[in-house]
Amino acid sequence: MTQNDSAISENPSNRAYIQNKGSDTLVNLALAWAEEYQKIHPEVQISVTGGGSGTGFTALINGTVDIANASRQIKPEEIEQAKAKGFEPVEFIVANDAIAVIVNPDNPVSKLTLEQVSKIYRGEINNWKEVGGEDRPIVRLSRETNSGTHVYFLEEVIRLGSKEDKSIFSADTLLLPSSEGIIAEVRDNPNAIGYDGLGYVTPEVKTIALSKEILGEYIMPSVDSVRDKTYPISRSLYVYTRNQPTGIIKDYIDWIRSKDAQALTSQLGFVPIAEGQ
Amino acid sequence: MREKWISRSIQIAGFSSILFLLLIFIFLIREGTPALGEVSLKEIFNIRWYPIEKYFGTLPLIGGSLLVTITSILIALPFGIGTAVYIAEIAPEGIKQVLKPLIEVIAGIPSVVLGFIGILVLAPFLRKFLNLPTGLTAFAGSLLLAFISIPTIVSIAEDALYAVPQSYREAAIALGASHWETIWGITLPAARTGVLTAVMLGIGRSLGETMAVMMVTGNAPVLPIKWNSWFLPVRTMTATIASEMGEVASGSVHYHVLFFIGIILFILSLIINVTASWVTFKKRSREQAVS
Repeated sequence: MTQNDSAISENPSNRAYIQNKGSDTLVNLALAWAEEYQKIHPEVQISVTGGGSGTGFTALINGTVDIANASRQIKPEEIEQAKAKGFEPVEFIVANDAIAVIVNPDNPVSKLTLEQVSKIYRGEINNWKEVGGEDRPIVRLSRETNSGTHVYFLEEVIRLGSKEDKSIFSADTLLLPSSEGIIAEVRDNPNAIGYDGLGYVTPEVKTIALSKEILGEYIMPSVDSVRDKTYPISRSLYVYTRNQPTGIIKDYIDWIRSKDAQALTSQLGFVPIAEGQ
Repeated sequence: MREKWISRSIQIAGFSSILFLLLIFIFLIREGTPALGEVSLKEIFNIRWYPIEKYFGTLPLIGGSLLVTITSILIALPFGIGTAVYIAEIAPEGIKQVLKPLIEVIAGIPSVVLGFIGILVLAPFLRKFLNLPTGLTAFAGSLLLAFISIPTIVSIAEDALYAVPQSYREAAIALGASHWETIWGITLPAARTGVLTAVMLGIGRSLGETMAVMMVTGNAPVLPIKWNSWFLPVRTMTATIASEMGEVASGSVHYHVLFFIGIILFILSLIINVTASWVTFKKRSREQAVS
């Protein structure tokens, strides 16, 4: 890679810019990192924008950003597009996140198996009494299809991780444009079920304990249960660069993965990366 | 010379709207028609919309838009025309001075603010009052859209009523008609072209509204053909374009299908406008033939 390929520009006063774009799940965390890093390194200026994981990859491929934030791994066709532009995307894990399944506090249901959640979202279970609750219809809530969280939920919960399974969300699933919309509806609708990154869950909604099997242990999402991998639906969050990073981008990513930056991660409700991750 | 320059620039301004319309149409066609080559017609007019797994059935979206728009106009029509008649024909001067600017203020409320009120107040209220599974339904969207299109209907219909010559009313009263008979039999029919324009613009406003609808209709792409579809979530064409356009790779199948939905929307509003001007034109020429 020649220096010209990079979007970094160094002007005469030696200020360097890093452009950073992608996942909405990561955007608050990426902003916190950027602010902290700029305090330590005033010569570096970092801009952070959201838009969704796919948006970040598109921008990385088109060469308008240096770092893409993502809540899912890059797809094979996106790698192909990158190679066509003459570079190889490199992946770094920067945090871990649990997906919490949430219901209204008035709902007596407090634990579900993954299979029950899958059947609810496929439209096979339509009443709360089928999973031990009151006789109420189930209202399914989800983020829009452009969200990395939506795709993760589809693959790991609805399809239970099976590649052959082509099930999709029940057509009457409400697709709400924001995490706030989901929290608001779950907060005051006792029929609702939703899911969101643990960092977005507020105390006004009830988090469900999940289990992989009926006889298994039901686990609440937390930093510890994500770390020891007992909570069944947690995922890593990533940043991607064009080729192996060098110079200030390398310094920045090394810092993000350091203890100092990972302390911010747990403050914002995410789970820090483990040793060797 | 100066006169000529002024009239020429006014002429350019007049023709520019045709030019813009044409450019928009060409752009839509260029970006949208490739969808027909990539997805079969049968798939496009299917009943399942889930683009990330290549389900591109647009029928639920078209149905959602039509249901919400038609319901909203049925609600807005009596309120809008009633308010316009009241302001133009009945209200005393003092009340008129208050009502008119108030309605203009309603027109100025950003739709995203109405959407917020819809999420926080209207949807929970509808859910409890009608005992629904969720308040985020087609009906909630229709109510908000009615509220959004009423100011448009009122101000245009009211202008049309004002334009009816005073002598019509005086003649009706002189012939012994009551106030109500004058309004219903003389003033409203005389102003019907304007009133019709008001209704059509109201429909256009409803059909094109995005933000408020996206926030309160729940956005579930279900084909609204059941009797209780009003009280179930729907997804409109505008909400689909708005929430998905930001994410699609330009030039992909999904991108082309979204533009194809744009073409459908464009054609629908074209049909509404052409019908409106056809009806008014027909009536006007008949009137001229009589006189």
